[in-house]
Amino acid sequence: MTATEPILRVHRLSKHFGGLMAVDNVSLEVSVGALQAIIGPNGAGKTTLINLLSGDLAVDRGSVLFRGAEIGQLPPERRARLGIGRSYQKINIFSAFTALENCRIAAQSREPHALNWFRDARCYDPIVETARNALSSVGLAHRTYAVAATLSHGEQRQLEIAMSLATGPRLLLLDEPLAGMGTEESSHMIALIGRLAENHAILLVEHDMDAVFRLAKVLTVMVNGKVLASGAPEAIRANREVQSAYLGSVDGSL
Amino acid sequence: MFYLIQLLNGVQYGLLLFLLASGLTLIFGIMGVMNLAHGSFYMIGAYLAYWLIKITGSLWLTIPLGLSIALIIGLALEQTFFSRLYKRDHLYQVLLTFGLILILEELRSVLFGDDVHGVAVPALLDFSIPLTDTLSYPVYRLFLTGVCLVVAAAMVLVIRRTRLGMMIRAGSSNREMAASLGVNIPLLFALVFAFGTALAAFAGMIAAPISSVFPGMGNQILIICFVVVVIGGIGSIYGAMIASLAIGLADTVGKVLAPELSGIAIYLLMAVILLWRPQGLTNKA
Amino acid sequence: MPNISLSRAALISGALLLAVFPLTGATFYIQLGAKIMIMAIFALSLDLLVGHTGLVSLGHAAYFGLAAYVLALISPKYEAASLWLTLPTAMVAAATAALIIGFLVVRTAGVYFIMVTLAFAQMLYAVFHDTKLGGGSDGIYIYIRPDATIAGIKPVDLENPVQFYYFVLAVMIAVYYLLSKVLHAPFGRALAGIKINENRMRSLGYPVFTYKLAAFVFAGALAGIAGYLAASQFGFVNPEILAWHHSGTALMMVILGGMGRLHGPLIGAFAYVLLQEFFSAASVFGAYAKHWQLAMGSLIVLIVLILPHGLADLFDRAHLNERGDVNPADGEPK
Repeated sequence: MTATEPILRVHRLSKHFGGLMAVDNVSLEVSVGALQAIIGPNGAGKTTLINLLSGDLAVDRGSVLFRGAEIGQLPPERRARLGIGRSYQKINIFSAFTALENCRIAAQSREPHALNWFRDARCYDPIVETARNALSSVGLAHRTYAVAATLSHGEQRQLEIAMSLATGPRLLLLDEPLAGMGTEESSHMIALIGRLAENHAILLVEHDMDAVFRLAKVLTVMVNGKVLASGAPEAIRANREVQSAYLGSVDGSL
Repeated sequence: MFYLIQLLNGVQYGLLLFLLASGLTLIFGIMGVMNLAHGSFYMIGAYLAYWLIKITGSLWLTIPLGLSIALIIGLALEQTFFSRLYKRDHLYQVLLTFGLILILEELRSVLFGDDVHGVAVPALLDFSIPLTDTLSYPVYRLFLTGVCLVVAAAMVLVIRRTRLGMMIRAGSSNREMAASLGVNIPLLFALVFAFGTALAAFAGMIAAPISSVFPGMGNQILIICFVVVVIGGIGSIYGAMIASLAIGLADTVGKVLAPELSGIAIYLLMAVILLWRPQGLTNKA
Repeated sequence: MPNISLSRAALISGALLLAVFPLTGATFYIQLGAKIMIMAIFALSLDLLVGHTGLVSLGHAAYFGLAAYVLALISPKYEAASLWLTLPTAMVAAATAALIIGFLVVRTAGVYFIMVTLAFAQMLYAVFHDTKLGGGSDGIYIYIRPDATIAGIKPVDLENPVQFYYFVLAVMIAVYYLLSKVLHAPFGRALAGIKINENRMRSLGYPVFTYKLAAFVFAGALAGIAGYLAASQFGFVNPEILAWHHSGTALMMVILGGMGRLHGPLIGAFAYVLLQEFFSAASVFGAYAKHWQLAMGSLIVLIVLILPHGLADLFDRAHLNERGDVNPADGEPK
């Protein structure tokens, strides 16, 4: 697979709840190095889309190709092992564990001797090493031994990303990683995502337009479960339909 | 003809189970409470029937009296114990209700002793309808079946057609939303609990003439109710009905075909359902 | 390692106390002590499921009872069975049952899981109660305890109450040690993760079903050890050892002592059996002694309402921190 071929190909993906089409014939492609942001009003189906890709929701129709293989029917744990990592809109960590343990258990998922029943888990140096590296890369090295529940909101979001990184993913599905963050925390996170975007494929759902326009190489707008427009950020910004449907209703900073 | 009798017995047993299981599944579905002591209310109903009939001599007086007492006991227990369980882990609910079972069983032992007691079928219904030259069917069983059907219909009516029913359905799907819309959740829970346990006691009362009154009767039938709820799906009245009838028939058929294995038949049925649809027959995936 | 923590010290003193206890010579109490330790093994096995994996099983007595019945069924009537043959057989039987039942129940969650574990245990109860397989409700007697002879040498005479006591003590310590190893190992840490946040474990790539099933089978095998020893000691098995009352009792012991910390079930087993002896003592309660379950039930209700973390909390004051984590030293440099 060359660097420019899309690692994720979504074709006419659909999901309905009762009579409601939450995701309606959505198609897109994500490549390594070309961060794609998905924006849209609340209820547009963005998180549902992420859930369909991560396996947390079952696909009704359509196909999801990851590195050429159809994964639409696979459960979340299989997709994770294939190299898909995600972060959640609502913080989803192990609050009773330390930050290090959170990442360690994430890293452990990849190792075959994870089923080992006797050796103390802290003795598996390569796994602990991976966990430490993940924490450093997101900037949480100084909080390695802190219990996750005591971390600040922003630090917890960083931890979420670190956990995903510890599993060595190719594709990152990030669901509103900036939600609830202050300005300084946000800029740290944006810088982090920017670094990650260089050698990972990232699908980012966000409301923070500042971040979106700084990070995204591809912008996809969703409204009512459908893709309204998709393309380079500047083209989308200029697109009249998008402006009236969505961007125009957001604050006038554009 | 023999099979008709078995069929009628199976349906009657199934409907009785439904009375118990529907209360259980509602309490699970709406309040999220795992109540092991639900079977104890069945037992309380049966012993109340035994005791009140000895005093009043009439089943017709006994039922409203017994129901009132059961309601009061139910409400008292809800206020004292169950209301503290709504936010707790299932494990603690299991433990507390298990402790309650022990307490109730011993109280029963202290008050009524450990013998098996009988309750007489009311004179009005103590006859049989002849079906063939040699076989006849007890009218009281038909009466039981009829009563259960009426109660079931009333329940469906209340849940589908009344404001109370609407609040129950709202509370079961989203408690916080319902509360913020003005539904008095504590009151609703107290009512649902009282209703569910009264139903269990009622079942115990009317079944007493047939199944007699003995120690451990509550626990026995509780586990079967669990199987009903597992098969039918938590919170679903329709599921409870289908599952109750299925189990009633399976149990009766089992007793006829292979008496030794009949006790296992329903668990095998449950195992099959688990393999096929672990979330129950009527719940969506 | 500079200091030994309070709980470590308590554990070691407890073990020493247990080791020296039989020297007092009171046979009744020695047998009671063995019974308590057998219950402790049972409680430890359940704690693995409930306290460490978050699987509330209300049917754990099934594996305890099945192992007991296996011993009764394969023991020759008037001879001693071989310990080295029958114990593994009983454990394998218990583990196999746990595998089959586990395969069916682990796919369920929450309240469903509780109900189906109970139901399957009840099914086994029905098998032994209604059929002639295990002598029905009359049960089976085991007249002679298993023989520990191997290669001509008899390391321990299980008919001797003191030696039986020490044998059980050794088994209990071995099970405790084994469990503590497992819980610190990657497998155990994965179980801890599953207990805290199962969904996240799934999205990290863990085959959660497999892990839960493995824990279920392991716990079943350990419960089988306890059941085997109980049958050996008591010399009689009947369907009641599979009854849900017994499963509920095991759960009570786990809670009484405090979940999630391995010494919790030990404390709980001791507390439960001693309380049972106390409440059923005619000398104290007279005519009400036979209604001891009234007191026990009330105690459980009180504990749930007031002391949800069990008695272990009182012992762990020195070691307790806000984390409440199973592995308080985790993450720190070793």
